Amino acid sequence: MQEFLQYIFSGITNGAVYAVIALGFSMLYGSTGLINFAQGEFVMIGALSLISLWKGVNLPLPLAFAGAVAITAIAGAMLERFAIRSVKKPHPIVLVIITVGASILLRGVGMLVWGKDSHGSPSFSDHAPYDILGATLLPQSLWILVLTLGVVLGLHIFHKRFLTGRAMLACAISTKAAGIVGIPTEKMVLLAFSMSAAMGGIGGVLIAPLSMSSFDMGMNLGLKGFCAAMIGGLGSSWGAVVGGLLLGVLEALGVGFLSSGLKDAAAFVLLLLILYFRPSGLLGTASVQRF
Amino acid sequence: MKAAGIASIGVLAAAAVMLVMIAPGQSWGKEPYRIGGIYAITGSSSFLGDPEKKSMEMAVEEINSRGGIDGHPLEAVILDSEGDPTKAVLAANKLISKDKVIAIVGPSLTPTTLAIVPVVEKAGIPLISCAAGIKITEPVKPLVFKTAQNDVLAVSAIYRHIQGRNIKKIGIITVENAYGESGRDQLKALAPKFGINIVQAETYGAKDTDMTAQLAKLRAAQPEAIVCWGTNPGPAVITKNVVQMNMKIPLYQSHGVASPKYIELAGPASEGVLLPTGKILVAEQLPESDPQKNVLKSYIAEFEKRFSMPVGGFGGYAYDGTYLLAAALKGTEGDKKKIAENMEKIKGHAGVTGTFAFSPQDHNGLGADAFVMVEIRGGKWHLLK
Repeated sequence: MQEFLQYIFSGITNGAVYAVIALGFSMLYGSTGLINFAQGEFVMIGALSLISLWKGVNLPLPLAFAGAVAITAIAGAMLERFAIRSVKKPHPIVLVIITVGASILLRGVGMLVWGKDSHGSPSFSDHAPYDILGATLLPQSLWILVLTLGVVLGLHIFHKRFLTGRAMLACAISTKAAGIVGIPTEKMVLLAFSMSAAMGGIGGVLIAPLSMSSFDMGMNLGLKGFCAAMIGGLGSSWGAVVGGLLLGVLEALGVGFLSSGLKDAAAFVLLLLILYFRPSGLLGTASVQRF
Repeated sequence: MKAAGIASIGVLAAAAVMLVMIAPGQSWGKEPYRIGGIYAITGSSSFLGDPEKKSMEMAVEEINSRGGIDGHPLEAVILDSEGDPTKAVLAANKLISKDKVIAIVGPSLTPTTLAIVPVVEKAGIPLISCAAGIKITEPVKPLVFKTAQNDVLAVSAIYRHIQGRNIKKIGIITVENAYGESGRDQLKALAPKFGINIVQAETYGAKDTDMTAQLAKLRAAQPEAIVCWGTNPGPAVITKNVVQMNMKIPLYQSHGVASPKYIELAGPASEGVLLPTGKILVAEQLPESDPQKNVLKSYIAEFEKRFSMPVGGFGGYAYDGTYLLAAALKGTEGDKKKIAENMEKIKGHAGVTGTFAFSPQDHNGLGADAFVMVEIRGGKWHLLK
């Protein structure tokens, strides 16, 4: 029982991080129909910026948090402005490949700025870990869970209640029609990119105290986040959360009841099964189009 | 931050040209001996390759400032393998055919070393590897030597300490790569010899962010100590997780984390962690009678002065390799066969890593004294007697 609870807690901690990263994938897909494979690198930028601002420059935590997310959002906006918008024939596959290239570039920039070493960061709060029926739950895990749910709620409200949010959804349904009724579609795409990058940044900020951050941390996390977004259904915010948590918990249970060597295999077998039986993901409703 | 950024740009610019020549400054009467170096200067194993490159440059300059070898200056051509076996082979071919080196020091990793062994054997060039894998020198290949300690020595050092504490049941957690696999095999192979029973063996991915699931499984098997085998950052995460989960049993790490970075990453959680390391980390605590004391002192002082960064446990492999090569070069006039023969005759060479004594049967030349056990106390390495 004690072990089972511990597997669940580890799974939720990792899963919540996957969920935030999946949210970034999902919201960009929902607004522009694109998959951004540089999402993991935004996580890296968020984590390392937080460490630089918080530990390096000694800013208070909320300011460092906001600064790190802002830096990531700017990076996302620059990616859209300079690499995506300037493409003459914006076929989705071309743009997706551009994001793959951007991820390699960003990794290189990360190595230049922060060096090749790993960096650690203290926890947000100094509480001792909670002991629940013999299993340990870290305060940082609670932070991650609460903030992830906050981000999803915020996004939900933004899309349903705010004019800009609704305009963004309109662009996703039909860019042409949205342009005709006077929605500045280019600005909407720019905004979608910076918001999804900011979500990657939040993921990075949350993960920094939990683990070690280095310039090459993004690839693995990006893949897991993508996997979570696919499981939950691309384009669905709640799907991203469900997918992330499911992936995290299954990974931990895979370690516990099968073998630690099969941890990643368990996750990807799950992805294959879900894509086979429900190609649109658990909570995805829109028909998925292949390109 | 900014200064560090600029410094790393410099490092990268150097790596980008991928070719570092150290030309002797003064005028020499004789032709230089040109030797090659291949290290994982960039990429995920740069924590090995970067200090190795720096240490080799330093050794070459020191040797030249003392008059070179029989009047010949040393000239080093250092290439970056990025830890990739294919690139290591390309680098070796370039060193042999274009730069016409007479010997090669490196590469940093076991897979890259094994990849270039056929290349150097075909060309008849002596190789002094800086990697740990036992396969490099066993079985013995006439031209291939290595300066890094075999994993089996580190495992014996840990097990001797565990045996001394009368611990019978241990759990192990190893990283899923060549380093972890090798450690896992040696840990399992040597355990019966020390009367130790491995009750649970777990693995983790090199980039995993949380290992509490694996540790929960270890805890369920009720071991009396945990041995972790990996290189940063994974072991630092595990160290933190062990404290967070309130597991009150000794944690042993491998020599793969023997650098100040580990203490920095793991923070206060590293208190009481035990690990085997080369003597370099505790050079000041060594008794004066230790044969390595002097060479360690001068290496540390020179490295820290020159590169203004704290010295780690890895650069010494290349430093020793270069000095051993210089010793073997004496009286050969660049004859490659004689270099290898002279290498086998080197005895009692006090280096940074250990006291080397080569023979035709032993091309690593290190004994059990190449490792000492240390405990981390108050963020410092403390030598255990």
